[in-house]
Amino acid sequence: MSAQAAPTAATDPTLKSPILRVEDLVKYFPTGSGLFGRSVVHAVDGVSLAIQAGETLGLVGESGCGKSTLGRVVVRLLPATSGHVYFKDTDLTKVRGEKLRRTRQEIQMIFQDPYASLNPRMTVGDIVAEPLRNFGVARGRKAEQKVQEVMRVVGLNPNFVNRYPHEFSGGQRQRIGIARALVLNPTFIVADEPVSALDVSIQAQIVNLMEDLQEKFQLTFLFIAHDLSVVRHISDRIAVMYLGKIVEIGPSASIRDRPLHPYTKVLESSVPVPDPDIEATRKPILLKGEIPSPVNPPSGCRFHTRCPIAQQICTDVEPPLEMKESGRFAACHFAGQL
Amino acid sequence: MNAVDGVSFEVDRGEIVGIVGESGSGKTMTALSLLRLIPEPGKITSGRILYGEKDVAQMTDEEIREFRGNEIAMIFQDPMTSLNPVLRIGFQVEEAMIAHQRFTNKQAKERVVPMLQRVRIPAAKDRVRDYPHQFSGGMRQRAMIAMGVSNEPSLLIADEPTTALDVTVQASIIELIRDLSRELRAAVILITHNMALVASLCNRVIVMYAGRVVEEGPTRAIFKNPQHPYTWSLLRSMPRVDEKEKERLISIKGLPPDLGKMPPGCKFHPRCKFRVDRCFTEEPPLAEVDPGQQARCWVLMKNIPDPEAQAKT
Repeated sequence: MSAQAAPTAATDPTLKSPILRVEDLVKYFPTGSGLFGRSVVHAVDGVSLAIQAGETLGLVGESGCGKSTLGRVVVRLLPATSGHVYFKDTDLTKVRGEKLRRTRQEIQMIFQDPYASLNPRMTVGDIVAEPLRNFGVARGRKAEQKVQEVMRVVGLNPNFVNRYPHEFSGGQRQRIGIARALVLNPTFIVADEPVSALDVSIQAQIVNLMEDLQEKFQLTFLFIAHDLSVVRHISDRIAVMYLGKIVEIGPSASIRDRPLHPYTKVLESSVPVPDPDIEATRKPILLKGEIPSPVNPPSGCRFHTRCPIAQQICTDVEPPLEMKESGRFAACHFAGQL
Repeated sequence: MNAVDGVSFEVDRGEIVGIVGESGSGKTMTALSLLRLIPEPGKITSGRILYGEKDVAQMTDEEIREFRGNEIAMIFQDPMTSLNPVLRIGFQVEEAMIAHQRFTNKQAKERVVPMLQRVRIPAAKDRVRDYPHQFSGGMRQRAMIAMGVSNEPSLLIADEPTTALDVTVQASIIELIRDLSRELRAAVILITHNMALVASLCNRVIVMYAGRVVEEGPTRAIFKNPQHPYTWSLLRSMPRVDEKEKERLISIKGLPPDLGKMPPGCKFHPRCKFRVDRCFTEEPPLAEVDPGQQARCWVLMKNIPDPEAQAKT
């Protein structure tokens, strides 16, 4: 080890004012007992990243890669197995009591299924006001005013406070979820697949709303989604996850032009675009085999079992997520060679 | 309520036609009516479904059974709910062949492994004895496709076949459908909400909105020169993975209409940024706008000088 530590994705020198730093975060889930004793799901396995204040970091990956778990550990809906999540200067994995409550006001979450995440027996007004009461921020008239203001901001008619979630469409329900996340004036929001359940024409409404809110309130987003097109559109930087690890992280545009990790390249090549001329020539790189089990992940680079350019070293040695160029990190022995 | 209203289209052998629309647009109901599989109490109240010379709507139960099994195959979105969890994959593929009596039991048994190989299930010989839960989502969809094409159908209907799958898996299933349509010289109807998939796979596109066909034409014309404001807006509301500069998405305000509360006039007019007075009262017919391209609109996008600017207001 050299005395001068090389920059990691958590200490990316190109980020001037990071608001969140995740260091070596690990989340394992026990899965009862296997044939040889207890087995664990390596859902998040040593993730480091940083998020710049005011930016959107997109976190993309396929089902089971651990992206939702990572989001939940970051907001501490789930406890970390090990590692650190620094929000400003507070380690969220350690903080407790009153300080945790105060920090939590600044961090909110938006969920995929706006129906499942809204209590069907509460009115919209009560749903949006609940965080105000929980945190003792406002009550009575003052809370009512705040609720109506937030509803207006997200494009809901404030006269609907007494209605129930089932009276709203999917897009409007997602607006309710966003209103609830905004009511405490947070600085950082984790959005977990916020538009995946919505129809295309409604998706655009919510994406535009999130962009407007970000500008208006200087919000920082961690935007988690499986759809690279949506992530590309909304994100300043993108992190790509595979089997519990971040394989690449960097500015969205430069990843689009020149992905460094073979998996990123495969993902990029797999997404169709709504243009028949481009589609006539696009050749998706088809992956061999299936995604390995996170209970027993492959040795070395976890992608080696499916990687088109894997060599012996990829089976033997795990490549660290290291800075290959300014602001661009990739975990690959042969970065940029596919 | 009319879930599907006055829909007409043709599909030729070897052709892949995409039916696109959002939830509730009637795209799935249209496909189910082709097979006369509309759930109760729904029914086909008028219209004809001609398969060659035969009218599917008039077939007897016996005829429709034979028709479904021998001529048409359907692939659904969720392969797990369409496969029987307690029967081996191989048995289910075999059963599909025997049920429609095109093959003897012995022939069917011999065809199972080649069928699974044909849909590119690796180690098919070993995996015929697997149960559905031992298959991944993509492999289950392949098994469903194997069941569907085992009788060499002439029409394959794929209803959101890749919506539940990851994008890398989607890519391989799309390749498979493309190859099979060529090998079988079958007509394919792809039902999807994903315009990009249509651009990738289809020769022709039918755009549905509120139970109607609002635009239809060759894929290239629909994407390069859409004439209905709904098609035009839908294409601009989707973020693209190859997006160069961050442009604001054009959103379509409001929601598709409720089947029970259809607006008068053009069904899209409450959400349309290009509407004129006539749209409020009179429903436009589906009319030819270019050779082979039809749109149901009084205005048409070619008559709007700067649609981008108008849509952003």
